[in-house]
Amino acid sequence: MTNAASPASAHSQSAKRPTLWSAGKAFQAKWLVTLPPTLFLLAFFLAPALIVVGASFREPGEFGGLAPLENLAGLSLEAYRFLLGDVIYLEIFARSFLVAAATTLICIVLAYPLAWLIAKSPAKRRDLLVLLVILPFASNFLVRIYAWIMILGPANLLYTPVAVIVGMVYVHLPFMILPLYTNLEKHDPALLEAAQDLGASAWTRFWRITIPLSLPGLFSGAVLVFIPVLGMFAVPELLGGTGDLLIGNLIKEQFLDNRDWPLGAALSIILTLLVLALAGLAAWAARRGFAGTEAVS
Amino acid sequence: MALLELKNLTRRFGALEAVKDVSLSIEAGEFFTLLGPSGCGKTTILRMIAGFDAPDEGEILLDGVSLAGVPPERRPLHTVFQSYALFPHMTVAGNVAFPLEMMKRPREEIRRRVAEALELVHLSDKAASFPHELSGGQKQRVALARGLVNKPRLLLLDEPLGALDAKLRVEMQSELIALQREVGITFVFVTHSQQEALALSHRIAVMRDGRIEQCDEPDKLYTQPANRFVADFIGKINLIDVEVIAASKLRLNLKAPGLGEIEAVDARPLRPGERGVLALRPELIRVHGHKESADLKNRFAGRIKGLLYLGDVTHYQIELADGRVIAALLPNAAPGRAKFHEVGDPVWICWRHDAGVFLRD
Repeated sequence: MTNAASPASAHSQSAKRPTLWSAGKAFQAKWLVTLPPTLFLLAFFLAPALIVVGASFREPGEFGGLAPLENLAGLSLEAYRFLLGDVIYLEIFARSFLVAAATTLICIVLAYPLAWLIAKSPAKRRDLLVLLVILPFASNFLVRIYAWIMILGPANLLYTPVAVIVGMVYVHLPFMILPLYTNLEKHDPALLEAAQDLGASAWTRFWRITIPLSLPGLFSGAVLVFIPVLGMFAVPELLGGTGDLLIGNLIKEQFLDNRDWPLGAALSIILTLLVLALAGLAAWAARRGFAGTEAVS
Repeated sequence: MALLELKNLTRRFGALEAVKDVSLSIEAGEFFTLLGPSGCGKTTILRMIAGFDAPDEGEILLDGVSLAGVPPERRPLHTVFQSYALFPHMTVAGNVAFPLEMMKRPREEIRRRVAEALELVHLSDKAASFPHELSGGQKQRVALARGLVNKPRLLLLDEPLGALDAKLRVEMQSELIALQREVGITFVFVTHSQQEALALSHRIAVMRDGRIEQCDEPDKLYTQPANRFVADFIGKINLIDVEVIAASKLRLNLKAPGLGEIEAVDARPLRPGERGVLALRPELIRVHGHKESADLKNRFAGRIKGLLYLGDVTHYQIELADGRVIAALLPNAAPGRAKFHEVGDPVWICWRHDAGVFLRD
């Protein structure tokens, strides 16, 4: 059947060739698959986010929540003005970013050798080791934090910044190990052999080959640790002292304790914008720095 | 003194003896090939020379000095890996500069020598590209430049052309020969392709099951195979089981069961009753349509069973009276359309008494 124009051949091959009809089907199928998640995200992510944006420009209600809005003149920048006017908030933001950065750094230092060890184990044992990494998720997060209270209490570390960092690292370590492991596992062992063959010592091979090739994994891990730590309020609340408040606690406090929704909303918006800016900056740096590494990971 | 000497090298993996008592000596400037089917131990030998593996017995000498205990990064030799193993996060120039950086050469010298090496492999315009932007042949050339840039004593090449398509492989073969001649560095090449080995090498060691079956120049291997395995592995060949009837310095009379007497020649003192095979290259067999034109002693009647026209030559499968099939290769050397013996045609095949090689069992 070489004559593509013949109606008989067009009919018999309609399943293989993209006709108008089958293209229409493909289009329908695409929507059928993507529509539910799209609707879900619109309803439960975008809409609430917009509500929070709106709330940040409103006045707090007399008994909490939001004051009724009669017209657009009722919108105000009061919440933002208040936040920017008090240096304590800047301090909490700075402390939060510091805790997040420290947690990320410690996670990298702890996770790298572990991920490397798993990646280098025999294939059979790897699955078991990965399972052990994610096993803590099988028990409740709060229960595990309470366990730390019992460990840190006798050590006289409870309610200190150290306790907060320990808790943060403990909770987020798997999120660093897993992307790192996924990356390291894919490294071609021939590259290390080639580097050795060309005169590189073990240390040089690590710095010049393994580390640069694992940057995408490190980057994913850092994002997965840094951002959740910024918003985490349970760990500082349970393990930290009164001076260890982080943004997460502050936001939670505005909504649940002070019932100042506009202030809480404004804090959330500022945090979100800062994180987005940071992620954008990191992604830009990553694109410049990872040239070539995508080929392996 | 030989540049590289392997002395009674043995390597075991559990119960498997991958390399058995291998001794070799490779001269400076040589293009030496280890040839054999997969699993014959050739790559294991290469890895032991590079230092990624150590022999259980025997030793490796470079310039007369044992390499035992010297880690790969301290051996003055480089490997070109089958997968090229180019560093994906470095540019072409970065890859080629790597061995020089490991030697802590001054920046200016590195820049100059990288440029020279890239020129050598015709890739000067790709210096800033990343490996994933290159074609297979270009990656191959980067790997070569990287291996040659700091002038190693020896370059080991592990099936470096294996990943290339057929046409590119032939091109790269010519380039490899020219490159080796130009840089004068000793190449130890590993391949399972007898065609590649014949085309490239000064000398070839044919390996099977961890042993060297024969080590010789390509034409010697082809025309004077040492045994049935080498004869069969290198090129196409007819192997006819024979028994010695009479042997003298000038004549060797053989008897092939079911076929008849065959005349050959062999300088070795052979005794009547010895068994072996007569190895006969297809291109040394003549095919005639008439008995009269078949004027040689070794002459047998047959029938064309099949033919394969390849343009320059035609392969014939000729079935003899006893049912055995002999392969013959005829050049289509006359101008105009090739004339074939057609399938089913009765023919006569014959060959000179010195065309076959008698191989003792």
